[in-house]
Amino acid sequence: MAVTQDDVRHVAELARLAVDESRLDSLVRELNGILEHMEVLAEVETGDASDDTSYTGLTPTSTPLREDSSGPIPLNRPIESFAPATRNGFILVPRLASHADEISE
Amino acid sequence: MSATDFPSLTAGMIAAQIREGTTSPGDILRASFARARGVNSGPDGLNSILWSDEKVALAEAETLSTQLSGAAKGGQLAGVPIAVKDNICTLDLPTTCASKILAGYTSPYEATAITRLREEGAIIVAKTNMDEFAMGSSTENSAYGPVRNPIDVRRVPGGSSGGSAAAVAAGIVPIALGSETGGSVRQPASFCGIVGAKPTYGRVSRYGLVAFASSLDQISPFARNVDDAALALEIMAGPDPRDSTSADVPVPSYREQFVSRATVPAPLEGVTIGVPKEYFPDQLDPGIRRLCNRSIEYLRTLGANVKEVSLPHTSLAIPVYYIIAPAEASSNLARFDGVRYGPRIKTDDSLRGMYEATRSAGFGPEVTRRVLLGTYVLSAGYYDAYYRKAQAVRALITRDFTTVFADGIDALFTPTTPTTAFTIGSISDPYEMYLSDIFTATSNLAGVPALSMPIGRSDGLPVGGQVIAKHFNEPMMFRVAYALEQALGAEAHT
Repeated sequence: MAVTQDDVRHVAELARLAVDESRLDSLVRELNGILEHMEVLAEVETGDASDDTSYTGLTPTSTPLREDSSGPIPLNRPIESFAPATRNGFILVPRLASHADEISE
Repeated sequence: MSATDFPSLTAGMIAAQIREGTTSPGDILRASFARARGVNSGPDGLNSILWSDEKVALAEAETLSTQLSGAAKGGQLAGVPIAVKDNICTLDLPTTCASKILAGYTSPYEATAITRLREEGAIIVAKTNMDEFAMGSSTENSAYGPVRNPIDVRRVPGGSSGGSAAAVAAGIVPIALGSETGGSVRQPASFCGIVGAKPTYGRVSRYGLVAFASSLDQISPFARNVDDAALALEIMAGPDPRDSTSADVPVPSYREQFVSRATVPAPLEGVTIGVPKEYFPDQLDPGIRRLCNRSIEYLRTLGANVKEVSLPHTSLAIPVYYIIAPAEASSNLARFDGVRYGPRIKTDDSLRGMYEATRSAGFGPEVTRRVLLGTYVLSAGYYDAYYRKAQAVRALITRDFTTVFADGIDALFTPTTPTTAFTIGSISDPYEMYLSDIFTATSNLAGVPALSMPIGRSDGLPVGGQVIAKHFNEPMMFRVAYALEQALGAEAHT
């Protein structure tokens, strides 16, 4: 399962990373260099361990569910002091979706 | 207290002196800042600290002095200066994870672990340098330059919490916080000749810890002795309503376990210690093997029953870890997109262009590599072969531990690392660097508590021994470590 340049372009797109074409070769080499050490896992017989989700050691008893309610956590300083832009107590962010974006892609 | 004494004072000594009134919080803090300036300046400076503010810290010391001159009794860490890894949120100093993508970010809230330490009188004096987003084993991946090892400045301090380890080893602070995902506290503790204690997964609240790999991360203390590490962990441990993965399991006194046995001739009587053969491969550094064997002899002298055990899936830990940790990181780091935190790089075109420009400029090479790797192993067509398979093998690694502990083993003893501290710039292959965590990542994958402590020097460089216990059995981990520390005495540093 060797990683190709197209694979790197594809995952970079999924990860929202712009990867310079000049870096592609070395990234392909590095990722393959790492992934070849993972191939050993394919040989391991895992049996019923595939369904075992207790790997962190936590159990429903040690981390019980709480009431589904919570209040706001007070901030130490006003949002104006750390948000790039605010209006009426809300943080202004770039427009997250637009039809224009969809069409232009 | 004179300024020359300060670097050798433990947290316990400092708090006692302050409560007794023989020294003041202000004097302690001035000594800490003076030490920091001394060891961090010049071409061979350690570069261990990213952010600090002496005025703010001294104002806190002043407030504490006023309280202590009144009716206040003084906490267990009264006036103790503490340094904090730069991925744990503090109120007055920036939290940047040593990444350009969080340049200038100061959190509007603080981590629960910090709140608990401050409630006991601790004063946060510095945020420490680290591998960017805790990804690394040498603290060479910081956007602010590498950290040097105080024992030998040509060498790395280990990582990713290298700045905190160096700050404790150099005598700037008696206690510092780091974070563990695959060995990021124990490995630098080993390289710098100090104690680093990773608690059970879920033992310490992660509220305010910038997430790297959420099924592995734990805040963990560094100290110069076992007693201080136990004290810090005892204060931080326990459930927190702000972290639903913090375990609702009672916190016993860790220190009582060993303090009550301090004068007993065989404090490990009745304790069975397993030595897993997979941690002593043929190619293990001979100096490390020799010092581990010496410690094992001491454990026997202390009354422990020592026997060889097997953790058969140990060699699979690094392949498993380097699938699971990058996979979780690729998801956790999706939030750094120029919208909510840090700088934003505007582009002429779409929102997506802004995301890509900001993330590509903000993340360094190792973070980029791991985000790509993590995205790949989670992507359609590869998820089952890599991620799902890794989770199944992780369950086998966990069973290795639960099996030996169910068979009557109380604690395990191993080397912390396969080598001593390497020279800065000497490892360029990513996977070779990953192998530095070969003996530590297993405990993170299994969630069990593990501690590294100095057990001697090989060619002048510190060697760490690791004590691992079963889930939530920190008392046993500290009991074994304390007894061994007392038995080794000055040999731990020679």
